[in-house]
Amino acid sequence: MAESAHSSPPGNNEPRATAGGASADAESPSTLVTARTWGDVTEPKRVTVPAGLWTRCPSCEAMLYQKTVEQNLFVCPDCQFHFRISAGERARQLCDQDSFEPMWDKLAAVDMLGFTDVKPYKDRLVSEQKKTRRPDAVVAGSGYIKGRRIVLACLDGQFMMGSMGCVVGEVVTRAIELATKENLPLVVVSCSGGARMQEGALSLMQMAKTSAALARLDAAGGLFISLLTDPTTGGVTASFAMLGDVIFAEPGALIGFAGPRVIANTVRQELPEGFQRSEHLLKKGFVDRVVHRHELRSEISRIIDFAGK
Amino acid sequence: MTALQGNMQPTYELEFERPLIRLEKQIEELEASMRAGGVDIGPEIRRLRESHTAMLRKIYEGLGPWNTVKVARHPGRPQTGDYLRLMFKEFTELHGDRHYGDDPAMITGFGRLGSHKVMLIAHQKGKDTKQRIACNFGMAHPEGYRKALLKMKLAEKFNVPVVTLIDTPGAYPGIGAEERGQAEAIAVNLREMSRLRVPIVSVIIGEGGSGGALGIGVSDRTAMMQYAWYSVISPEACAAILWKTGAEAEKAAEALKITAADNLKSGTVDEVIEEPLGGAHRNPAVAADRLEKWITQTIRELKRFKIENLMEKRFEKLRGLGDVTEAAGSRQT
Repeated sequence: MAESAHSSPPGNNEPRATAGGASADAESPSTLVTARTWGDVTEPKRVTVPAGLWTRCPSCEAMLYQKTVEQNLFVCPDCQFHFRISAGERARQLCDQDSFEPMWDKLAAVDMLGFTDVKPYKDRLVSEQKKTRRPDAVVAGSGYIKGRRIVLACLDGQFMMGSMGCVVGEVVTRAIELATKENLPLVVVSCSGGARMQEGALSLMQMAKTSAALARLDAAGGLFISLLTDPTTGGVTASFAMLGDVIFAEPGALIGFAGPRVIANTVRQELPEGFQRSEHLLKKGFVDRVVHRHELRSEISRIIDFAGK
Repeated sequence: MTALQGNMQPTYELEFERPLIRLEKQIEELEASMRAGGVDIGPEIRRLRESHTAMLRKIYEGLGPWNTVKVARHPGRPQTGDYLRLMFKEFTELHGDRHYGDDPAMITGFGRLGSHKVMLIAHQKGKDTKQRIACNFGMAHPEGYRKALLKMKLAEKFNVPVVTLIDTPGAYPGIGAEERGQAEAIAVNLREMSRLRVPIVSVIIGEGGSGGALGIGVSDRTAMMQYAWYSVISPEACAAILWKTGAEAEKAAEALKITAADNLKSGTVDEVIEEPLGGAHRNPAVAADRLEKWITQTIRELKRFKIENLMEKRFEKLRGLGDVTEAAGSRQT
């Protein structure tokens, strides 16, 4: 899979299986329409790329050979729907083969509030760690993109919805500081439901902490490229994600401050189609480019070159 | 003085204050009958007053997180408009955000507080229904946050300290707010406040809800009124997400650790300003007096620092917020 970043998309003439295969993973094709709510967002089934030989595209419902999807960087070869991917997969896709070196990957959360909702936060952490095999919702380190050295931080939507608690805040801040110190371009890939409620007001403070660190990167003349992926909402959007010198978004990503259901409840009307999607934000002037996953490496390198970094 | 001035709503009752209100009525009746009949029941009244004070103290000492939220939302609780009237010698409101429009949920302007010239940046909630609707219940739009930043920059230019009063359930979640970049407006404020070259003091006077609060809350010193709440999300919204029903807001309020004491413990605020017995809504003048003292003293203290040192301290404070462990074992990407 490591090579996938450079491989050309394989042909899409795979058989359209209608029987057998991973039908259990099939979902309704509501993805690009309006009716996505926080309920959908937190549904793990949506988030993960289903295991198995076959998978169904949640957008166009095509039956796809799993390997084909993987080799196509988890983009549907038929309709170009971008599957959600893990932070590890993201780092592998973006960086030159085997060039990504993880850092700060021993940092783990502390349950300082003794938080319990329907499940104790402590237990939730353990099960999420087991599920994702990483301590928290971020993967960061240094790597190369087409030979250009970068500092990279990727939020992991598969770990508690990529929510930002103290670990994510600390790791992102360290990444910003490394980029500042070494004068390296910083790339942060956001994929998050927002600040992590289970860590209370300290989660909120991570917004201020990361933004303050970015002020220093900015003052030092550093380059920050922010990539918004599906979904980027809440406290992550309202801090570092929206502070990129250049902001890219993957096609069709949900990007916003409040979640769609909260807004629908406030305004008591159905939300317009495509509202809070990358393309809409582009139209409204809040992202610079909507970039297909296949083009991310070359588009990011180009910006690094223009910035002279 | 152009800021809103509210009417108190004396009919509003907090459930846990009902025994108090019964006692108050009893005292009132006795006083009335004493005036009318001339019978000396002074000792009786004194006894009732004492038990009223004792009860008040007992209720407020044991006030749980959820009841704290209710006190923070009490319509009689002093808001920005009241504090303007009670504390400021002079206030010149400045409205323009120069981009889109004026947001009544955010009040900004030059004012005089004690011996200090300050730039006031404050949420305004409104007291009666009309005001509340006009102010969107204290939920600011992006233009409110952008106006706040523009005025903070103005203060920076003329070396005037910034005072922010926070009182919001959260930033407004609506279609227009999203389309005009609510998240971007708040994010930019966080970054710019962290490097503003004048002292900043913030006080959460009522509700400190999420990014909407923090959007004007990055400071050198942050204080909280004793019965204010401050957290990453409102208890109702937290309950709706984690418990799948807003009805569990009380549980969420407890789990989130939203009280002033909790925030002081976690270091998310630096100080707590004690409220008059029974909450600021019982005695706005005393509350305003304590708030004014804290702000003026803090500004005096901060003005002694060289601005570079002050900014360094501000950064270090923000940088140090968070609690993590290096203990995790797995190394997997």
